[in-house]
Amino acid sequence: MDDTTTPPSAPHLDDAQRRTLVALFDALLPPAPAGDDPAPAGDDPAPAVPGAGTAGGDRYVEQLLGAFDHDPPRIWAGGPTSGRHGGIDGFGDFLELSGWEALAWRRRIEGWAEAYRTGLTQLGEDFASLDESGRLERIERLDPGFRDLAFEHACESLYGDPVYGGNRDGSAWAAIDFRGDTAPTGWTDDEVTNPHGPGGPTW
Amino acid sequence: MVTDCDAVVVGSGPGGSTAAHALTRAGWDVIVLEKGRNHLLALEPPFGPLGHMSNDELKFTRRHVLGPDPILEPRSFRRDGADGERIHVGDVNNLPSTVGGGGVHADGKLPRFREDDFALRSSLGPVEGADVVDWPIAYADLEPYYAEAERLVGVAGEETNPFAAWRSGPFPMPPGADMFGATLSAPAAERLGLHPYRAPTGANSVPYDGRPACVNCGFCGYYGCPVEAKGDPVALLRAALRTGRCRIVPESLVVGVTRTPDGRTATGVRYLDLSAGPAAGDPPVRELRSRVVVLAGGAFETPRLLLRDGLGNSSDQVGRNLMVHFQTLTVGAFPFRVFGASRGRSVTHVHDDHIVGDDAQRAAARAAGLPWIRGGLVEHGGAAGPVQEALIYGPGRHHPDAMRDSSLRERLWVFTMQGEDLARPENRIDLDPTLRDVWGGPAGRMTWSPHRHELAASAHVGPILEAVLFEAGVEWAVTSTSPPLGEDAAAHPMGLAPASRHIVGTARMGARAEHSVVDPECRLWDCPNVVVCDSSVFCTSTGYGPTLTLIALAARTAALLTGEPLSAADPGSGPR
Repeated sequence: MDDTTTPPSAPHLDDAQRRTLVALFDALLPPAPAGDDPAPAGDDPAPAVPGAGTAGGDRYVEQLLGAFDHDPPRIWAGGPTSGRHGGIDGFGDFLELSGWEALAWRRRIEGWAEAYRTGLTQLGEDFASLDESGRLERIERLDPGFRDLAFEHACESLYGDPVYGGNRDGSAWAAIDFRGDTAPTGWTDDEVTNPHGPGGPTW
Repeated sequence: MVTDCDAVVVGSGPGGSTAAHALTRAGWDVIVLEKGRNHLLALEPPFGPLGHMSNDELKFTRRHVLGPDPILEPRSFRRDGADGERIHVGDVNNLPSTVGGGGVHADGKLPRFREDDFALRSSLGPVEGADVVDWPIAYADLEPYYAEAERLVGVAGEETNPFAAWRSGPFPMPPGADMFGATLSAPAAERLGLHPYRAPTGANSVPYDGRPACVNCGFCGYYGCPVEAKGDPVALLRAALRTGRCRIVPESLVVGVTRTPDGRTATGVRYLDLSAGPAAGDPPVRELRSRVVVLAGGAFETPRLLLRDGLGNSSDQVGRNLMVHFQTLTVGAFPFRVFGASRGRSVTHVHDDHIVGDDAQRAAARAAGLPWIRGGLVEHGGAAGPVQEALIYGPGRHHPDAMRDSSLRERLWVFTMQGEDLARPENRIDLDPTLRDVWGGPAGRMTWSPHRHELAASAHVGPILEAVLFEAGVEWAVTSTSPPLGEDAAAHPMGLAPASRHIVGTARMGARAEHSVVDPECRLWDCPNVVVCDSSVFCTSTGYGPTLTLIALAARTAALLTGEPLSAADPGSGPR
């Protein structure tokens, strides 16, 4: 998997905030061990699902809040391919933003940065040391707007492309048997029409 | 008058690109102004791809790469006046605002309309509370342009739909690979008496026009194509550029049409040069002079421009009769993977039966107190990507198992009926009274609610679609609508505004100036050297996606402008 994330020049989360964020994301999208029921979508035994925080949620948020520490800003990964399935390794070459697009994204990120500062403070520095019920109790008391934002970012970080900082080494995609980007190789016509092979699916 | 070009085209989506192609081919010099960025193709020879399109769920579905960014260009929505000035601000039916427009993100389902669609009033009659009309043109008028549109874009399909209108020739390409889910749902539909067929699709099934065949990557609807297998609109724009008579200027927001003192003749356009960026202060205002102005901003932005500019509205019809496909969404999960979210073209099969109707549908209309109801094209397709799925499940301990089980993605199969929406003058686009875009212009506002025809059609078809899914083997099935209905509608994840990007009808074509905005050749009645080349001109929504028809209309409009109309074909000349 590509991992073009590099430490930002000026971290936007301090160590305590990062620990809290990892614990928060792991509480929102918790890990699951291999082989859990129910049966996975694929035919093979279910691999472990990482927690959204442990899989790089802090790096995802750090990269997002620090998008403009880089030139071009790390908002839109490049293309047309990642190189994982042929083609060039282009995802790490982030796209330029226009001046107006940059204005919008700076505003959006400023709002998120303030939301994280406030929300992580509200969770408390001891949040990461709490047991599951303690964490859920604190999360329940969060401002709903921040709780929704954190959940959205947790989902994006865990199941989005690793180039954005989360989904470490594609571990979440592996857990759900999702190949991720496939271009330019894609799938053969037979893989599209007969994905279970000549015997068809197992009912 | 000294001009900068023969025609300025406002908008580079399917309509604008078609006009640019047709006009340049006829020898006209054309400048295309596009308010969005260019991610599609190089604007210098050899006009190759820029490489910005990719299989990236975050970039395309979460981060507005194709625009518009709702922070810069907010829109508002309300269902009717009882909602007050608005109930929602942000993304409202946002089609991409980028070079290529809505064609960039579409999965390229490109059906033609049927003969009856152009004569709805004559064939079925009026409906109380709706403004059902005939188009001032007939299918036969448009058929040669449909054929040309299919050739230019590159449409893959087959002539197996028993309800299809006549055609003068075969599809340019055979259909692509059947999605696995469709190999289950299409036979099930047939067993229940329906007539599914392979969807006409503007994605290459074989190499075509110098572009490769689709690689079935699974990132189709809502994504730009990284290999250029989708022809709309890149094929048209590239062809226009290659004439040497076309220039595309991104980041150019047209804010007015300049006119002669009597207001009857356009002399060009006035636009904001957004390329300067905010550091330069207010965007520079620039002007272009041309013989003809082509408006192709889509059925939201075209009426917004006309209204803010006070143009073309002597009939008070600009923005009215907005139609949005009323979507009926019937979903079900198979006990095994169907790969609908990860392999293929998003949708490969459709059926038309609920447009044509049957005795049961007529009975349902009578029961609802309506003279008739018509549904829409039903798309047999897959679900969205894993980020979207993850968002649906909500946080908690259940989440990882839900994702592995994937009942809402890899096991899900989706029927989407693009239900016909009847025109009503009170459903409209107008200017929000206070909301502004970042450049100070009035934001567009959508006012829309369904007529009971749409509700009755949806209520009738939903159970049929659930029965088909059960016949195909799903474990469960459920039906919802977009926009959502009922007491819990406000909590629906899709929001109260209709999700369909198929919006039409806000600058209606008509035979009489007092009831329409453009004439049968799509010229503004009030300013005839301004033509509209987008879905604004539609008189009915039909139950089909609008793109191929708006391309055909744009090609016809351009051909009439240049004095080179295509000859009508003989209905008996080709396959049906």
